Parts: sequence; C-alpha cells; structure tokens
Amino acid sequence: MTSQELWSLALGRLDVDALDFLKAFYAPSENDDILSGAAWVVILGAVTVVALLTIFRAWRPLFRDWLTSVDHKKIGVMYIVLAMVMLVRGVLEGVVMRAQQADGLTGGFLSANHFGQLFSTHGTIMVLFMAMPFLTGLINIVVPLQIGARDVSFPMLNSVSLGFTTAGAALIMISLVIGEFSTGGWTAYPPYTGRVFQPGVGPDYWLWAVILSGVGSTLTGINFVVTIYKERAPGMGFMQMPMFTWTALCTAIMMIFAMPAVTVSSAMLVLDRYLGFHFFTNDLGGNMMNYANIFWLFGHPEVYILVLPAFGVYSEVASTFSGKRLYGYGSLVAATMVIALLSFTVWLHHFFTMGQSADVNAAFGIATMLIGVPTGVKIYDWMATLFRGRIRFTVPVIYLLAFMMLFVLGGLTGILLANPAVDFQVHNTLFLVAHFHNMLIPGVLFGLFAGYTYWFPKIFGFRLNEVWGRIAAFNWIAGFMLAFFPLYVVGAMGMTRRTMAYAEPAFQIWFHIAGVGAALLTAGLASLCVQLWVSIRNREQTRDIGGDPWDGRTLEWATPSPVPEYNFAVIPRVHSREAFASAKAAGAGYPEPASYADIDLPGPTWTGLVMAIFGTTLGFGLIWYMWWLAALSFAVIAVTLIGRAIRGDRHPRVIPAAEVAAEHRAWLARIRALPAAPRTQERSPANRGMAAPEYRDLRP
Amino acid sequence: MSDIAQTGFSFDATPTMHNDDPGKAISGFWLFMMSDLIIFSLFFATYATMLTPMSIAGGPGPKDILELRSAAFETGALLTSTFTFGLASLAIAHGRGRAQAMGWLLVTLALGLVFLGLEGREFARLLDIGAVPQRSGYLSALWGLVPLHGLHVTAGVIWLTILLVQMGTQGVTGRVRAGAARLALFWHFLDLIWIGIFSVVYLGGLA
Repeated sequence: MTSQELWSLALGRLDVDALDFLKAFYAPSENDDILSGAAWVVILGAVTVVALLTIFRAWRPLFRDWLTSVDHKKIGVMYIVLAMVMLVRGVLEGVVMRAQQADGLTGGFLSANHFGQLFSTHGTIMVLFMAMPFLTGLINIVVPLQIGARDVSFPMLNSVSLGFTTAGAALIMISLVIGEFSTGGWTAYPPYTGRVFQPGVGPDYWLWAVILSGVGSTLTGINFVVTIYKERAPGMGFMQMPMFTWTALCTAIMMIFAMPAVTVSSAMLVLDRYLGFHFFTNDLGGNMMNYANIFWLFGHPEVYILVLPAFGVYSEVASTFSGKRLYGYGSLVAATMVIALLSFTVWLHHFFTMGQSADVNAAFGIATMLIGVPTGVKIYDWMATLFRGRIRFTVPVIYLLAFMMLFVLGGLTGILLANPAVDFQVHNTLFLVAHFHNMLIPGVLFGLFAGYTYWFPKIFGFRLNEVWGRIAAFNWIAGFMLAFFPLYVVGAMGMTRRTMAYAEPAFQIWFHIAGVGAALLTAGLASLCVQLWVSIRNREQTRDIGGDPWDGRTLEWATPSPVPEYNFAVIPRVHSREAFASAKAAGAGYPEPASYADIDLPGPTWTGLVMAIFGTTLGFGLIWYMWWLAALSFAVIAVTLIGRAIRGDRHPRVIPAAEVAAEHRAWLARIRALPAAPRTQERSPANRGMAAPEYRDLRP
Repeated sequence: MSDIAQTGFSFDATPTMHNDDPGKAISGFWLFMMSDLIIFSLFFATYATMLTPMSIAGGPGPKDILELRSAAFETGALLTSTFTFGLASLAIAHGRGRAQAMGWLLVTLALGLVFLGLEGREFARLLDIGAVPQRSGYLSALWGLVPLHGLHVTAGVIWLTILLVQMGTQGVTGRVRAGAARLALFWHFLDLIWIGIFSVVYLGGLA
C-alpha cells in the first residue's frame, strides 16, 4: 500500500489545502485574511473556552450539572447558549456582507466564492442554528412550568435532541476552519449543489448539518406534543393553557410534519452526491423541481415554526405588562391553529416563476394572502390587550411595540409578493430579502429577545439590566430599519439577491445607508453582551427572591426563582385560565399544601453528550470520506441508543417529601417577609419578586 | 373557597405523584410514525412524478424490469408476519404465557427474514440486469423508495431480536410489554407501507 492510499484511507479527501487558517500565511490577500481570520476566531474561541473551564476548575460541574443533565430548564438554557453563539457568527456574517455590498460598486473586497459561503452560512445558521435552538430553548424552559409539570415527557430524548442539534452546529463551525461551506444558499438548490457543479465538501457540510439538526428537531417536536397532551396539571384543559403553550403546541406539531420533508430532500441530494443517483441532476432524468417542492414543503412551515412561539411570547408580554387578561384568547388560539394549517398550503409561492400554470400560481397566491387574515386577528388582539391597560414601558414591551409596527409593514410587502404577477417582477431580488428579514427580525428575533428578557429571572434568579436592555433594543430596531428598508428600494430597482457587486451607481447610496444599519445592528449585539455582563455584576440589585418580578399571570411565576429542579413542590390543581393571576386576585397566590409527597426524578445520562460528539464525528467522517470514522461513530450512536433502550434509566432519583416540604416552606417564609413591590417600582431594586396587589381585571 | 374558579389553583390534600402514564410512550411513538409516514409519502410522490418518459430517460421502465412473482411472495411473507405478530400481541394481552408469545414472535421474525431475503434477491436481480439507480431518475426513485422500506424492516427485525432476548431473559415484564406494543405498531405500519409499494410500484407499474 502506498502512502497516498494510506492517507486517503485514514483521512479521506482531507489535505493541507483544506486548512483555512493557514491560508493567510501562504496566500495573503484581503479575502483570505478574512477567511483565515474567521477560522482563527473559532480556534481561539475554542481554546479560550477550554482555558477558562480549566482555570475555574469548571469541567466537573460542567459535566455533572449541565451536559449530562436531563432537567428541561438546563437543556433549555444550553439550547439558548448555542443559539447566542450562533447569533454572534450570523450577525457578523451579515455585517461583512453589508460592508461588501456598500463597497460593491468598485467590486468590494471579497471573492465571489467567499461571498457565496457567507450568505449560505448566514441563512442556514440564522434559521436552523439560531432561531430554532433559541425557540426550542424557550419552549423547553417555559412550557413544563406553564402547564404545571415536573419535566417534559421524555427527558432523555430531550437531551438527545440537543445533542443532534449541537452536532449540526458544530459541523458548521468546523467548516470555517477545515474546508469550505456550500455556496448554494440556505436552500441548497440542486443541480448547483450537485456533485457536477460543487464536487467539494461545501454542500456536504450543509447536508449533514441540516440532516442531524433536522432529526433533533423532529424528536423535539414529538417530545413537546406529548408533553403538552399528557403532562398538563390536573384541571388544566386545552382552553386553560397559557397562550405561549398553545403556540408551542402548534409549533411542535408543525415540526413533526415539516422536518421530515427537509430530511427527505437532503437524503435524496445525499444519494445524488454520494452514490450518483439522479433525483435532481441535469442529465438522465433528474428533476430539480422536485427538490424545490419538497424543500419548501418544509421551508414554508418552518417560518411559522419560528414565528408562532414568538407570537406566544408577545401574547404573554402584552397581557403581563399591561396588567390585563389577554384579549380574545379564543380567537388567538383559533388564529394560531389556522396559521399552522395554512402554512402547509402555500409552499409554492417560493417559486412562482418555475413554470407551472397561472392557475396553480393563483391558487397558491390566494392561499398565501389568506394567512394575512389570522395574523391580522392576532395583531388586533394584542392591541386590544394593551388598550386601557396599565402598560409598563419595559424592554419586552419595547420589542412588542416595534414588532407590531414593523411586522405589519413586512406583512404588507408579503401580500404584494403573494400576487404572482408582482412576484415575477421582484423574484430573487433584494426586495424579497428585505421582506423576509422584515418578518424574521421583528417577528422572530425581537420576540426571542423579549422572551429572553421576560423569563431570564425565572431561571437565574435576577433580572437583566434595564438600561443596557433598552440600548440594545433601540440599536436592534433602528439598525434593522436602516439595514433593510433600503433593500426594498434597490430590490424594486432590480438588484438581484446573492450578488456581491453591481455596476449601477444609483444603488450605492442605499447600500451605504444599509451599511450604517449594519453598524447599529453590531452595536445591538455588543449591547446584549454588555447587558449580560452588567446584569451578572449587579445581580444583587435585581435579585428576584419571590419568583414573580412582573406580576405574572401564569403558573411559571408561582414558583421560586431559580426554579428547583422538580419545578413544583406539589403539582397544582388548576381551576382557571391565567391561574396565578386569579389566585393572587383572590388573595391565595401562595397556598401551602396540606401534605407533600416524594418526587421521582430521572437520573443524569451521557446519552445526549454521546450523540453530540459522535453525531459530529459521523458528519465529519461522511463529509471527508473518512469511512472508518463514519462507521465507527454510527456504531457508537446505535449501541448507545439501543443500550439505553434496553437498560432504561439506571440512576433515577427520589427527593424525599421531607426535603421538598422544608425547601417549599422556607421559600413561603421568605415570601411572607418580602416587601411587596407596586408596579411603579418594577424596575427598581425594590422589586424583589413579590408583586403588590393592584387593580386587577376580575371579569370572568 | 366560595368560588373555586377565582382561586386559580390549589393543592390537593393528597398530591399526585410523578406522571407515569404508560400511554406517553405509545403517543410519542404514534407521532414518530406520523413523521415517518411523511417521509414515505414524499418518496411515493417522487416516484409518481418520475414515471414520466423524461425521468425514465431512455432507460428501462417499470414494465421492463419489475416482476410480479417475487413481489407476490414478498407480500405473502410480510402479510403473514403481521398476522403472526397479531397472534403474539393477543398472547401477551391475554397472558397466555411466555412460550406462546415468543413462539409467535419467532415465526414473525422468520417471516421478516424471509421477506428481506426475497427482497435482497430481487435487488440483486435488478442490479444484474443493469437496472441500477445511476441509470435514470426513474430508477433513482425506485431505489429510493423500496430499499427505504427494506431498511425499516431491517430495523424492525433487529428490534424484534432484542425484544425476544429481553423476553427470554426477563419474562413478560411491563417494560417488555410496552416495547412489544410499540414494535407491533411499527410492524403493522410497515405492512401498510408495503401494500402501498406493492400497489403503486408493482401493480401500477405492470398494469
């Protein structure tokens, strides 16, 4: 065997040229400096994390308390940490693209290939590895608390889902250091992503990252649906569920039905690329229209998977911070269900120009416009909730107000695009890019930030800094408007999307404005980091001892902050919607149970961690043709899962009733000693998480 | 507690323990099968769209390569196996003893292996006559759909083997019973999918 053969047996198609972080040394250019710089950021970031963990001797607590934990709150926090890391990369990539296009009249500073990788990773990350983990994290943290449950139905599976999602994200990070990413956009349309046009590793990184995280999201969906069906506290019917739980339910159902579609389109593309099948090739009867159809059967429901939980957050924020019962609960539930249903009937509007008949386009155009109706219902419900409420101008409310105005604008441009005749004019232009950023940033991202701010004290026991929260919010809002409104203009003028340079001088000024917006968005991102730092430093001033810093209305606020791992000392019996608000109004917000019982909790497990590590190596082996690594990783994953299935949970724990009683009584005693804070002092250090009784809406 | 609706929530005098509803796992498994059904439907839809002359691309079409004989035997084996699994489920449900349940499960396993053997022989024949997936879009769709079902049956066979080992060593415990209930669902589900494949690919293709 020659050394060449040995090399390819061990390392597949990996060679020194694939190492991006060395490029700046042997082929220096502005483009490669950026490429290598990004790779070095990833490497140094990883080294820094390892060093910090070692210095602070945090390895053991990290494994014991977090990575092997099946506590839904910790898994939720880990999801959100993952989302935040990916958010940083996604935003910075967007900023580099804005800078490139601001300089685009003279050609800019990036190579076309690099620009292609940027928009591909940016889209993939923001949808699948930022928004998805963020909302999955929020649902994980909040839903079991809102429905009065101990945990999700399948805690181990929850950890496995996180493992697969992390593996997908890890592959995308690795692509920055070793090899390159696809240049085929986040949708990865073949035949361009087929092996004829991109024989390298780029599309394979995309494929395996998407497949791994897709499996994770499908399992998550199953877990949430069963949790919401089966774990609700006694007495809580479907129409007593908090609105966020309703949106979580619809999102989870959509995950179960939508994620398999992207698994199928990706699996078919894998067969095309690896085994020479002809699902989507140009020659021998491949049909790339099938890809567009199957992908968007996932892709369109996906945007509602993202936005529905954000709608749920806005519903909670609107009623809590105006001190009013949520207006039009029934209509909000119906609207959520209708949106979930309609979202599966509009996928074709993503390719009106593909050549199907005008009648088909008209049918899908009408279905698309119909979605505006339930969405409009929701906007009116939120406005009516705020109407004559005692609104407090907190950070979540700022995001809510910005959302309501900007989202309506984005929705209107969506109605324009839903008309096939208009769509033909602006298809694949920056007008479309402006439209979906206008939906996803105010709609999803602001909602996630609002939820992050709103529920942060519940998990960590102190509130986030208000001043830096506002600075961040205003930077995000103004930055969004400056960065994306100009794109409507250049898009309508005919500038195509995914284009790095242009020859039309009239475009330039708009890209300069968008560049300023991008700078503000960067400032927003930095402000979020500063906010977290300042909040941790000043946590004694914002301590949430009582567990109810916002005069909350739903069950999660009836627990201590931070929430004990068993959530509720005793599972409550629910008598009404917005149960905690009614209880407080009746002066019975903190009842003491007559008796306590032992609590069974699932034990920690390594299964999720094994999925994360060997999921990553499985993907890596498949991408680089290291077949031994792929086979080994697959075997480890299979044996681990089968072993767990056979042996079950070997370390279940029981928390004795006496211990639960002692902790709960101590908390009740602390609460009784707390001064109750009126809403006027909500943002001051006087707010210790105990809400003073105020005007409450008592109408049934 | 004059008006119970206004108290929002309360604690029962004797609190509920952890929710150990065995229905949870079955519900979750139903949902998993629904998502799996989406995967199969999309492969079916792709197969249907690739029956066109464009996708056959001058290569062999269904009439040139498919044979009803082998598929009929495969169908017979799989349909019988779903019946014998049903008998095993009845034996478990009515407490007819471990031997009877394991006996029927062993017959099911054998029939599953017969199915896989026949299907493997069919695949080998297709490869032999040059009906390889690399030849055309139509053949890609065929090789996407039918082996996907075969892979599922393989997973079912592995699962059934593990279940038999568990049953042999631990007896018919609650855990084994729950596993058998889920596997039964899976097995019957695969049978339904096969009826789809037999109708669409074989009967439809040869009609």
